[in-house]
Parts: sequence; structure tokens; C-alpha cells
Amino acid sequence: MNVLVPDFDFHRVFIAPWTENLASFGWITLMGFLVTATCGWVGNFLILRRMALVGDAISHSVLPGLAVAFLLSQSRGTLPMFLGALVAGIVATVLIELIHKKSRVKQDAAIGIAFTSLFALGVILINLYAGKGGVDLDQECVLYGEIAFVPLEPMVMVGGQILGPIPVVRMGFVALATALLIALFYKELLVSSFDPALAVSLGISATFVHYALMGWLSVVVVSAFESVGAILVIAMLILPGATATLLSHRLPVMLGLTLLHAALSAVLGIHLALWLDCSPAGAMVVAGTLIFVAAWIFSPSEGLLRRWFRARLEAPAVGSS
Amino acid sequence: MKRGLQLALLFFGIALPALTGHAARIGDLSETNIAEQALRFFTFQDPAVRYALLGSILLGITCGLLGGFIVVRKMALVGDALSHAVLPGVALGFLWNMSKDPLAIFIGAVLAGLLGAAAVHLIKHTTRLKEDTALGLVLASFFAVGICLVTMIQRLPTGNKSGIDKFLFGQAAAIGAGDVQLMAVVTGLAVLVILLFYKEFLLTSFDAGFARAAGFPVQAIHYTLMLLLAFAIVIALQAVGVVLVSAMLITPAAAAYLLTDRMHRLLALAAIFGLFAGALGAFLSFLRPNLPTGPLMVLAATTIFVLAFLFGPRHGVLARWWRQRSSAARIQRENTLKAVYHVLEAREFKGEGVSLRELAERRRETVKDARQQAGELRRHDFASLQEDGNAIYLTPEGWQRACAIVRNHRLWELYLTNAAHIAADHVHEDAEKIEHVLGEEVVRLIEKRLNYATRDPHGRSIPGLADLRRGASPESPASGPTGYGRSA
Repeated sequence: MNVLVPDFDFHRVFIAPWTENLASFGWITLMGFLVTATCGWVGNFLILRRMALVGDAISHSVLPGLAVAFLLSQSRGTLPMFLGALVAGIVATVLIELIHKKSRVKQDAAIGIAFTSLFALGVILINLYAGKGGVDLDQECVLYGEIAFVPLEPMVMVGGQILGPIPVVRMGFVALATALLIALFYKELLVSSFDPALAVSLGISATFVHYALMGWLSVVVVSAFESVGAILVIAMLILPGATATLLSHRLPVMLGLTLLHAALSAVLGIHLALWLDCSPAGAMVVAGTLIFVAAWIFSPSEGLLRRWFRARLEAPAVGSS
Repeated sequence: MKRGLQLALLFFGIALPALTGHAARIGDLSETNIAEQALRFFTFQDPAVRYALLGSILLGITCGLLGGFIVVRKMALVGDALSHAVLPGVALGFLWNMSKDPLAIFIGAVLAGLLGAAAVHLIKHTTRLKEDTALGLVLASFFAVGICLVTMIQRLPTGNKSGIDKFLFGQAAAIGAGDVQLMAVVTGLAVLVILLFYKEFLLTSFDAGFARAAGFPVQAIHYTLMLLLAFAIVIALQAVGVVLVSAMLITPAAAAYLLTDRMHRLLALAAIFGLFAGALGAFLSFLRPNLPTGPLMVLAATTIFVLAFLFGPRHGVLARWWRQRSSAARIQRENTLKAVYHVLEAREFKGEGVSLRELAERRRETVKDARQQAGELRRHDFASLQEDGNAIYLTPEGWQRACAIVRNHRLWELYLTNAAHIAADHVHEDAEKIEHVLGEEVVRLIEKRLNYATRDPHGRSIPGLADLRRGASPESPASGPTGYGRSA
């Protein structure tokens, strides 16, 4: 076990990344934050709509879209990737609806069938064509991404000013676009998430909001894909929102807490990964999980401790509810 | 009881040859069982191939059986969450002595799976978070811990060549003799437990409230099922991989669910589908080097599902479409018959034939459409056409059918106005739909309830039994319908 868990070296874990290696670790941490924050914001709405596992399904389903887009365009360019993921995400949503509506299979099983099939197809495509024509999608990348290998060259230059490495800038744009979309359609999202009947009476098409959310989810998932892989994305989608749910009842506050959770888990995760020398994306999720567990126990309004105290206080008063 | 026995025979028919066949092969390489015949058919002589195929078959059976329960219990995504949650257990089991010791990995994975199930339960009951979020949380966080452990193991000098990464997407070729032994034991155990507690599983799956009231330990049965589920997932790991195990649970069982309404048949079918998917996936993955087995098995299972989805005799899309189409055609025919009746009624049943022009006017459509409708009636022996093809005569069957439809329509209108007190001008639309589906027994009851009334709310007479029996024969055309109140 000594070999498995390296000695804890304070300088190596906490000091070095911010002094000697800032150039790379700064970007990796920023990338982790952007991915978690963007996914977390979309995830908040998934949790509200009780569609957390649809997020799981979409994150798996984009894989064949990516593989096909990659094979057709022979590049890992941004546009084909996004288009492929978008199409795959919509296909998955439609397939789930189709199986669910046209047969007596229930929705949970329909989700399970649709996304595993698409994911399996994606894995096989990648395996068949891996290594041909410089395909650098591989199984490891699918599983846990390669946030540690975010290419730092070339930098995006705007007006002579260094903006950042391409993936980070791209993720930044997706994050900004997500924030903008949520701000623009805040009312529609809010109403259709909490009260679909009211949404219909206000003239908001629930179907449209559903498909739009799924479509944007695919875009977010694919932009996160490169960094964290297809499966850990689900953690990025659910963890921040779930943590925020435990701490607040108000959506704006929850969205703010999501940012905080994202920042904390990115920073803690990168240090954890440095210490244990493991996958940074995995470590970020583990850090996020620890934060969730902390919120679960210590939440001032409904944490386990609070519940326990309340139960103790109320126990003697027989008859009080 | 008898059904249970049949079930037992069926399962042991599948499981026992596999078990004994395996036992025979440990000592000597005798080639006497069905599995090997199949292998010889594919010219597989390599023992590794036999292990792989046998393992795939065993896992297919177990996953299919357990999947049957989780699909009818609407717990499909619990299976998904559990299957991801076992990864840290696999990694820890691997660390036990840095090798692929099947037993250590089995114990680690089952413990991790149960821990995951407990965590889902806890989150659900102590927070505001809903079940789907709880499942997603456990799935993702356990998986992340597992990924961290796997990457840490791969960094170790001995870790890389040990093949722990094969647990992620599965490699049937990595199944060894020890794995097959364990799989056989677990499969046997799962089949045994399901047989012993079949009634309990069945009852708690379909009517938990009643089961609780009848004193069944619902919670204990639930956790037994979770334990078995964890078993099924763990034995499937090696060949299918953590990521896609849930498909082997859900897809064969969902396909079976489309084909039958009986639980024991569903379980048997799911086990057979799982078996086929497993064997086919293992076979295909041997065709090319480095093809992961798991995704191929999943696609094989998906193919079976798609076939059931499209061609299932009762619930399949094609069968439904065909039923809808033929019922739409029947409704169309009945509407034409009704129109013919209305034409005859309008001229007080004088004269036999109805010209296509009259029919077309009545139905507000072209003569061409009316001709087509008339042809449709003729094909079903409801009417005959005049030689020049411009008028139709109802056959006795056609007359009876037309009377029945009009009777249904008017009776229903009367029933709605008299019994449900709906205004007479609001009842027509509803009667237009119900006239095609009212059965004879219901009609008898309504007639009785309405005291065998002869007039509908609009004052038209309701064709009675006597009119039905009489038929539109040339001898008695002009007297008009007799109705109930009058004697024939």
C-alpha cells in the first residue's frame, strides 16, 4: 500500500503547482472549474426536472456522434465534434421517447437500453478505427478524459494579447454561452421545471424546452468530454447541483453555490491528484463528492447533524410533530 | 407449484449441462457437451475460447434472470448505478494481492455494490434529493473513486500488464478457469434463490402493498434482490465491463417483457436472450483482435430487443400498426354500412339498391370514393354490386351489421340523454366513436336499462333484434324496421 499512496510532500502538492508549474496547473485548474461550473449549471435544471439520469444517458450517447463526426471529417475540429454530439444527443432523446411511447417498456428501461446501445456502438467504432488516419480518440480518453494533457500550444491570441490555450478558451465560450442562455431563458426554464402546467398556460412549449435543454446538454457534454471523459461528466452534472440543493431552496442562490462548488472541487481535486498521482478528472470528482458529503452532514438547514439535534430536542415532547 | 417445477426443470436444463460440462473439463478435455459441439462448429479448439464462451453464457443467464425482476420493478437505472459503483471494489479486490484473484475481486465488488445501494437509500431518505439524483450521485462518485484507484494501480510497476483496465470495457478472452468456476457457483446460487423465493419475489415486484399487508418481509426481499443483482453485475464484469453491465441486465429482460405477460416466461426468455447475446458477443469479439467484448454483447442484446420491438406478436410495433390499420378499415366499412342504412331510411326503406351517387351524397364524398367503399364492402360479403356497378345491395350480413351499428349509435345517444342527462345535441360525437366498440352484452344491458325504447333522442327509430334477424331480403323490404316495442 505504501507504493500505492505516495508520501505526502507538502511542497510538491501545494506549493509547486502555484510557483514552478503555474503555467500548466493554472490552466488545468481553470479548465476543471469551467467544466464543472458549466455542467453544474445545466445540471441544476436536470435535478429540478428529475432528469438527472437523462443527463447520464446523454453523456454516454454523444460518443457515437463524436466517433462518426471524427471519421467523416478526419479531424478533431470543434465544429464537427459539436455537430456530431448535438445530433447524437437528439437521437438519444428521440430513441428514448420512441421506445417509451411505442412499446410498453417503461421510461427507466428505455433510457437504459438507448444509451448503452449508443455507447457500445461508439466504443466499437473507436476500437475499429483507432490508430487509422491519426484517430486519437481512445478508450482511456472516453473513460476519464485527459485534462492533464490539455495542450498548452498554440495559445489563442486576440489583439496581441494571450487569451489562453484553445480548449480552455473554447470551454470558456461554452460557459459564457450557457450563462447567457440561462439568463435569457431563465423564466421559461424556471416555470417549466417547477410547474409544467403553468408553463403550458403561459404559452411555453414544454416539448421545445425539453429538446432545447437536451440539445444544449449535448453541447456542454461534448465540450467537457475531452477533459473528463464520457462517464465522469455525469458527476460534474449532478454533484454541484445536488450540493447546492442541500444548502438552499432558492434557484439563484443554488446557481451561485454551484460556482463555489466547482471552484472548490477543481482546486482540491488538482491537489488530490498531485498527491495520489491519479487521474485529475477522477480526483476532481472525488473532491466534489467530499464537498457533497460535507454539505450532507453539516448543512445548516437540513444536514444530518441538524436533523439529529432536532430529533433529540423534539424527542421528549410527546405529541409535537 | 407446478409452474415452479416447470421453471426449475427449464433452468436446470440450461444451467446443469453448463455446470457439469465445466466440471468434466477441469480434469480431462472430454468433448461431450453441447457447448463444445457449438464450439467445434465454430472450429474453436482453444480452452481459453471455451472458458470465454461458457463464462459469457453463464453471465447472460444470470443477468437475464435478475434483469427480469429489475425491469418489472422499474429499477433499471438502479442496475446502472450499481454497476458503476462496483468499480472501487474491483480495484481494491485487485490490490489485495496485486493479481486478478476472482474471489477477492468478487468480494470487493459485492461490498462496493452494497455500499452503493445503502448510500442511495440514505441519500434518498435523509435529504430532499430525489431518487434519480441519488442514483446519479452514487454512480458518479463511486466510479470516480474507482477511476482514481485504477489509474493509481496502473502507475504501479506491476499494474500495467495485469489487465485491470479490461474490467472497464470487458474482454471475454481474459476469463480463466477460476472465473468460470466462480461464475458457475454464482449462477447456480442465483437460480436457486430465485426458485426458492419465486413467490416472494413475484409478489413484492407487482404488489408491494399487498405483500406488506400479507406479512412478507418486503424490505428483506428487496435487499436479497439487490445482493443477487450485485452478484450478477460482478460476474459479468470480466466479460462485459463495468460501463455496460447494466445493458445486459436491462436489454434482454426488456425484450422478453415485450413478448410475454407471464413472469415465469419473461424470466425464461430473458435468460435465453441473455445467453444468446453473451455467446454472440463473445464469438464476435474473437473475430478481430482487440475488439472489446462488452459493447458487442450489448449490441447483440440490442438487436434482439429491436427485433422484439418491431416484430413482437402482441406488443410489437408492426403488430400494433397492423391492428390499428385493420381496425381503421373496419370502422370505415361500418361507417359505409351506416350511410347505406341512412339512405334506405331516408326513403322509408322503399327499394333495395342504393346507388353510388346517393351513397356519395350521403357521405359528402366523390362517387369514386363511394365506389371504392362499395368494393370494400363487397370484398367482405357485406354487399353485392349491380352489373353496371352503379348501385349496391346489402347482403343479409351487411344489413345486420348496418342495423347493429345504427342501433349502437342511437342506443348510446339515448343512454347518454336519459341516464347521464346530457343534452340531446351533444351526444352525437360520442356515439360516433362508441358505436364501433360496443359489445353485444353491453348492448343487451343498455337496452334493458332503457326499457327497450324504440326512439332515439332525435325521434328516429332504433333498429331492434327483429330487424337484425330479418335481413334486407326482397320479401320484406318495405315495412321498415320493427323495433323492440312492436312484434315482428
